[in-house]
Amino acid sequence: MSDFEPKVVAFVCNWCTYAGADLTGTSRIKYASNVKIIRFPCTGRIDFMLLLKAFANGADGIIVSGCHPNDCHYTSGNFHAKRRWIMFKELMDFMGVDMNRVTFSWVSAAEGAKWADVVNTTVTKIRELGPYVSYKELVNKSVEEEVKND
Amino acid sequence: MARIGVFICHCGENISATVDCGKVAETIGKLKHVAYSTEYKYMCSDPGQTLIKDAIKEHKLTGVVVSACSPRMHEPTFRKACAEAGLNPFLCEMANLREHCSWVHEKNELTTQKAIDIVRTQVEKVKLNSALQPIKVPVTKTAMVIGGGIAGIQAALDIANTGHKVVMIERSPSIGGHMSQLSETFPTLDCSQCILTPRMVEVAQHPNITLYTYAEVESVEGFIGNFKVKIRKKAKSLDEKICTGCGLCTTKCPQKKIPNEFEQGMGMRPAIYVPFPQAVPNRPVIDKEHCTYYIKGKCKICEVVCPTKAIRFDQPDEILDLEIGAIVVATGFDIKHADFFPEYGYGKYKDIIDGLQFERMASASGPTSGEIRRPSDGQVPKNIVFIACAGSRDPAKGIAYCSKICCMYTAKHAMLYKHKVHEGRAHVFYMDIRSGGKNYDEFVRRAIEEDHVNYIRGRVSTVFERDGKLIVKGVDTLLGAQPVEIVADMVVLATAGVANAGAEDLAQKLHVSYDQHKFFAEAHPKLKPVETNTAGIFLAGACQNPKDIPDAVSQASGSAVKVAALFSQDMLTREPLVAVVNRYAPPMYSTCVGCFLCQSVCPYQAIEREEFKNREGKVVKTVAKINEGLCQGCGTCVALCRSKSIDLLGYSNNQVHAEVMALLNEY
Ligand SMILES: Cc1cc2nc3c(=O)[nH]c(=O)nc-3n(C[C@H](O)[C@H](O)[C@H](O)COP(=O)(O)OP(=O)(O)OC[C@H]3O[C@@H](n4cnc5c(N)ncnc54)[C@H](O)[C@@H]3O)c2cc1C
Ligand code: SF4
Ligand code: SF4
Ligand code: FES
Repeated sequence: MSDFEPKVVAFVCNWCTYAGADLTGTSRIKYASNVKIIRFPCTGRIDFMLLLKAFANGADGIIVSGCHPNDCHYTSGNFHAKRRWIMFKELMDFMGVDMNRVTFSWVSAAEGAKWADVVNTTVTKIRELGPYVSYKELVNKSVEEEVKND
Repeated sequence: MARIGVFICHCGENISATVDCGKVAETIGKLKHVAYSTEYKYMCSDPGQTLIKDAIKEHKLTGVVVSACSPRMHEPTFRKACAEAGLNPFLCEMANLREHCSWVHEKNELTTQKAIDIVRTQVEKVKLNSALQPIKVPVTKTAMVIGGGIAGIQAALDIANTGHKVVMIERSPSIGGHMSQLSETFPTLDCSQCILTPRMVEVAQHPNITLYTYAEVESVEGFIGNFKVKIRKKAKSLDEKICTGCGLCTTKCPQKKIPNEFEQGMGMRPAIYVPFPQAVPNRPVIDKEHCTYYIKGKCKICEVVCPTKAIRFDQPDEILDLEIGAIVVATGFDIKHADFFPEYGYGKYKDIIDGLQFERMASASGPTSGEIRRPSDGQVPKNIVFIACAGSRDPAKGIAYCSKICCMYTAKHAMLYKHKVHEGRAHVFYMDIRSGGKNYDEFVRRAIEEDHVNYIRGRVSTVFERDGKLIVKGVDTLLGAQPVEIVADMVVLATAGVANAGAEDLAQKLHVSYDQHKFFAEAHPKLKPVETNTAGIFLAGACQNPKDIPDAVSQASGSAVKVAALFSQDMLTREPLVAVVNRYAPPMYSTCVGCFLCQSVCPYQAIEREEFKNREGKVVKTVAKINEGLCQGCGTCVALCRSKSIDLLGYSNNQVHAEVMALLNEY
C-alpha cells in the first residue's frame, strides 16, 4: 500500500477557498499534489450528488471548502450549503458512505497556509484509510443488478 | 465537432521549473477534440497572445484553454485576445497551473501528471461552454466613502473633484480620524491639525459631498454600480439646522466626568460635547450613555440654556436609503491599549502611556497645552523611555506583523521630547529600525545624531515601580545581550496598530474579505492593492494594514481613480454567468413545478414569476424566471431546485460533472 496515491477532489468556492489556494501558491507553500480543485462560484452552488458520483468513479477522498460563516461573497450561499449538507450527510450515512473520507472546512482568501494544512491533513488521513473501493463496488453491483432486472 | 486549442505557458520558469510543459502539451495534444496543443514561454506577452489569435484562425478553434496562472489573474486578458480573433470570449477557459500546481508542488512526475489533469478538466469543460453575450447594467454615479479619516477625506475630495457625487459616512461625531489627534507629523514635523483642518472644512463645504457624521452602515445589498445601502444616522438629540454651534450647552452640562476619547482618556468631557475645537461639523451631540436625562429622566439643563432651542431629547435614529455605485472603505485602524501589556505595567502605573496619549500631550491644544508632564504628579520627566514594537512582531502575542508606523513616530516622539525638555534624556528600546521612505532614515538619524536620543537595541523584559520611579529592564543585544536597567520618570509604549473595532462586522455587511487580524483584504497583494475581491468596493488607508499618512493618502487617490473610471461609463458590462430556468414548448413550458423555494434562497431577489396563458387568456402554468440584471450567479438556487429546472451558465451541471469525471477517469 506504500505507493498508494490517493485521489482527492476539492470542491471549492471561487471567492474564498479558490482565492486562498491562489495565495498558498503566491506564498510558495508546498502541499501534497494529490488534491485537484474544482471551482464553483459559491458553496451554495455545490450539488452534493456530485460527491457520490465522484466516489463512485474512484475518488478516495473529497474536500468541500468555502467562505467562513457570515463571509460568503453572496451573503448566504454557504449557509444554505450547510443546511443542505446536514440533510445530505444523513443520506450518505444511510447509503454507507464512509464520512471520514469527506472533509468540510472553511478557508478564507487570506488563509493560504490553512489551505495547505487542510490538504495535507486530508491526504494523510486518506492515505491511512487506503483506496476507497467499497462504495464503488456497491454502486457497480447495483448497476449490474439493474441491468439484469431490465 | 469541437476543436479545442490548448496553450501551455511556462511563465518564464515559474511553471516549467516543476512541470514538464512539453510532456503536458504532447499528452493533451493526443486527446479527442484537441485540435491544437502547444507551449510557450510567456503566453500573456504580446507574441504569446498573437500565437493564440493566429491558432484560433488557422485551426478554426471552437474553444481555447490557456494553461497558465490563476484565472483570477489573467482571465480577462486571454478572453479579450480570443474576442479579438473572433472567438466568443466565453469560449476561453484557464487551467491554473501556477498557483495551484507548479508553485505548490515539488518537481516530479506527479506534479506533471497533476498539471495534465488540471488541463483536462478545462478541456472537458470548455467543450460544453456556450457563446455568451455580456449583460449591460446601468451605473449609479454616486460614491460612498465609509470613514472620515485622512484617507476617507482624500478619497472623497478626489472623487468629488471629478464631478461625481459622494456620500461620506463617519461613525464618530466629527471627521478627522487619528490624524486630528496627532501633534506634529514625521518626517517634516509640520503640525497635523494645520494641514488637516482645511481638508476637513473642504469636505463639509464641497457641493458634491454629503456628509453624515454619527452615522453607520446598516446594510448593503446589490452589486457594482447598483448598491442599495441603508445608513443609520444615530440621534444626536439636536436639530442641526437650528444649532449655531455656540457651545453654551457644553459648558453648562453638569455631567463633566466622562473620560475624553479624543484626549485618549487624559481629560474629561461633558455628556453634550463637541469632540475637539476644530471638529467638522462643529455641532455637539448628546452621549446618551452618560447623559443624566437619558439615565435618570431628569436634567435637561442644555435644553434650558440653548439660545436657539435646538435640543431634541425625543429625536429617533434615522434610517436613510441610498443608491450607490461604488464604495470606498476607509475605516482606519486603532492601537492596542492597556491590559494587553501586563509585563510593561501598563494600566498599573500611571506614568506608562501609549503613543496616542503622547501625541495629545505634545499637542499645543492637548490636556497639558503641549508640555510633557507625567500623569501621576504633573512633573516634567527627566528620563523618558520609549519602547518600540510593543506587541508588534510578536507571534506569542498573536501579532506577527510589523505595525510599520511605530519606528517613525517613536523617533518623532523622542525628538519632540528633546525639543521641549532640552536637559532631559530620551532612550529608545528597539528591535530594528524600519525607516524606509522618503527622508525617513534621515529623520531617524537626526534624532540620534542631532538630538542625542539614546537608541538601545533589545527587548524590554519588565517595567516595575521602585521609589516613585519606573525601572525599565532589558538587554542590549549590540553589547552581547548585556542587561540594561534604566531608571525612568515616564515610559511610552509604541503599541501595535490593530484593526478598528467593528471591522469584521462591516466586512461581512459589504461581503469583502478580511485577514485573520480583521484588516480588509486587497484583491491582489501586488497588482490590486486598492481593489477588494468584491467588484465596486475599494480600500483606502489603514483599514488594510497600519500605514502612515503619505501611504494612506496615495492609496485614497488610487481608489478615487478607480471610482472615477467606473463612473466614466453609463452602462457596465457584466459577466453573463447567470442562472436560467429551462423552457420547453407548450404544454410543458418548463420542468419547473412552481414551488418557488428558489425564491426564498436567492440573496438578490432575482427570481420572478412568469405566467403562461392559453388562447383564452387563462393562466395555465406559473414558473420561475431569473432576472439576469439582478442575478449574481451564486448558483444557490441551482443546487436547491429539486426538479433540476435551473442551471448556471458557465458552471452548468454538465460542465462541473465533466470536470470531475475528467479528473477521475482514464483517458
Ligand atoms: C501615535 C501615532 C503617531 C502617528 N504619527 C504619524 C506621523 O507623524 N506621520 C504620519 O504620516 N502618520 C502618523 N501616524 C499614522 C496616522 O495616524 C495614520 O496614517 C492615519 O491616521 C491613517 O488614516 P486613515 O484615514 O486610514 O484612518 P483613521 O485615521 O483611523 O480614520 C478612520 C476613520 O474612520 C472612522 N470609522 C471607523 N470605523 C467606521 C465605521 N464602521 N463606519 C464609519 N466610520 C468609521 C473612524 O471614526 C475614523 O474617523 C501615527 C499613528 C499613531 C498611532
Ligand atoms: S425553479 Fe425549481 S426551485 Fe424554483 S420554483 Fe421552479 S421548481 Fe421550484
Ligand atoms: S444564481 Fe440563483 S440564487 Fe444566485 S443570484 Fe442568481 S437567481 Fe439568485
Ligand atoms: S462565495 Fe464562498 S461560500 Fe459563498
